[in-house]
Amino acid sequence: MVRYLLIRLGLTLLTFWLIVTVVFFLMRLAPGGPFDGERRLPPEVETNLRAAYNLDQSLPRQYIDYLAMLGRGDLGPSFRQKDFSVNELVATGLPVSLTIGGLALLIATTVGIAVGLKAGLAPNTRTDTWLMGLTNVGMALPTIIVAPLLVLIFGVALGWLPTGGIGSFNHYILPPIALAMPFTAAIARLTRGSVVETLSEGHLQTARAKGLPESLIIRRHILPIALLPVVSYLGPAAAALLTGSVVIEQVFELPGIGRYLVQGALNRDYTLVMGVVVVYAALILLFNLLVDLAYVRMDPRIRLQT
Amino acid sequence: MIRSRLTRVLFDTHLARACSLILITIVLLAWLGPVFSSWEYDQIDWDALESPPSLQHWFGTDFIGRDLFVRSMLGARVSLGIALIATLVSVIVGIPWGAVAGYLGGRTDQLMMRIVDVLYALPFILIVILLVVIFGRNPYLLFMALGAIFWLDIARIVRGQTFRLREQPFIGAARILGVATPAIIWRHVVPNVLGPALVSATLTIPGVILAESFISFLGLGIQEPNTSWGVLIADGTQTMESSPWTLIFPGTLLAMTIWCTNMLGDRLRDQLDATGAGYTRTSSTRTHMRT
Repeated sequence: MVRYLLIRLGLTLLTFWLIVTVVFFLMRLAPGGPFDGERRLPPEVETNLRAAYNLDQSLPRQYIDYLAMLGRGDLGPSFRQKDFSVNELVATGLPVSLTIGGLALLIATTVGIAVGLKAGLAPNTRTDTWLMGLTNVGMALPTIIVAPLLVLIFGVALGWLPTGGIGSFNHYILPPIALAMPFTAAIARLTRGSVVETLSEGHLQTARAKGLPESLIIRRHILPIALLPVVSYLGPAAAALLTGSVVIEQVFELPGIGRYLVQGALNRDYTLVMGVVVVYAALILLFNLLVDLAYVRMDPRIRLQT
Repeated sequence: MIRSRLTRVLFDTHLARACSLILITIVLLAWLGPVFSSWEYDQIDWDALESPPSLQHWFGTDFIGRDLFVRSMLGARVSLGIALIATLVSVIVGIPWGAVAGYLGGRTDQLMMRIVDVLYALPFILIVILLVVIFGRNPYLLFMALGAIFWLDIARIVRGQTFRLREQPFIGAARILGVATPAIIWRHVVPNVLGPALVSATLTIPGVILAESFISFLGLGIQEPNTSWGVLIADGTQTMESSPWTLIFPGTLLAMTIWCTNMLGDRLRDQLDATGAGYTRTSSTRTHMRT
């Protein structure tokens, strides 16, 4: 187990480094630089600026410097947002993104598993058909439609909830729901599918023959097996939710980190983009790692080759 | 035989028939729709600014008086066209990549699949933004590049299939007969992985449509006066409070298309699974992950 962990950790770090490297050089491939504006800067000013931000060095040199800085946990100064370091910008945006994403994850897993279980335990009944039809609709409605519609209905027409921004508890209702919708539908479908598959397995007959109450059978014999595919889906899904959808941040005017990515890439704010990518990549890899470990624990069929 | 199976998938239940008909209608309208209307997509009707649906303007008009029906149909043309281009690119890249990795195995396979893993781990929006930055605002280049992202799923599936095929006697026989490796891959491996690859491609289409709408929504995709469903929805969001139809019509078209392609894609996969070897991990449950 320890050996497996170490190998897995090593691979994760390697992937992390690859991502940082690829994005670093891709950003530099793009034409234009952070200090190109409407008017050309006087050459002396530009030289000074480039020197101040370490851009006068050769590219490999800058890359090594960046990695060294990253090693110290420093994401560098933002090129375009003067007086702010990328660490500060991420520190203000990340909590918002994480709150919305965490709530969405909570909604998606609880509602999704409940709906999937309900449908899967009575396959091909009327309930099942309706619930699955509903999830189909949920998956076909992209956030760019759902989010504005929710604002229109609950924010504008009914006036029950704020249309955007952060602050009170009420601000945290619509964005997570809009974000969670397709994920909820996907989890419901996955759960339903694997519950139906599990129902046909022999050990359930044994459990029933022993006279176990149905609720216990569901809890002990169906759910642990049926949730395996859901767990493997949760890794990438959690990462996608927690890093926040850029669309949700735009529609609800949320100060998360997604917008830094868009702004930063368009302004060639190299360090800001790199900073957000580093955070995203770290989260995504962390969740994939956690899911792999959970999988090993949950599925007795997996024996590690050590 | 294949054809009869395909018609069965597309038409045998009420739901499947409805979906097929809806898709056919949308494609036909996208192709011919503008012919029926007397308006041009960039023509402004000064007498009907932001007017609700009427006999003159079937879907109403937008905030500067352009006919929404014609614009929705043009949007359909652009969105569907892009989906087809990107899917084609993803198939062209994904099948050889997966087949070569799966057939050669060993180090080559490890390296090729690690590249796929790294690309998977990159946030989708970041790749898109980098592509916009590199290719500028040329939508067709951008969406060719989108295809270059969606090949990942296909490559994984094809690789898994090839891995299984490699051990089959007929491949061994070809090898013993001295057939060159590229020829084995092209003549014996690729035809046998086409089925699952095409199922995956069917499910790539809604993925690309969603991605396009998402990019255009952020203002990074198709530019005015040209339009796509994403652009129309983004505009509709701006004006939905005073004229909800500007959001509802393009939104419904987009949602119906995605719903129907998801639906048929899943059915196609189920059919192949029932008759084939239990493959294909793709399903519509993954479509939304990339936005």
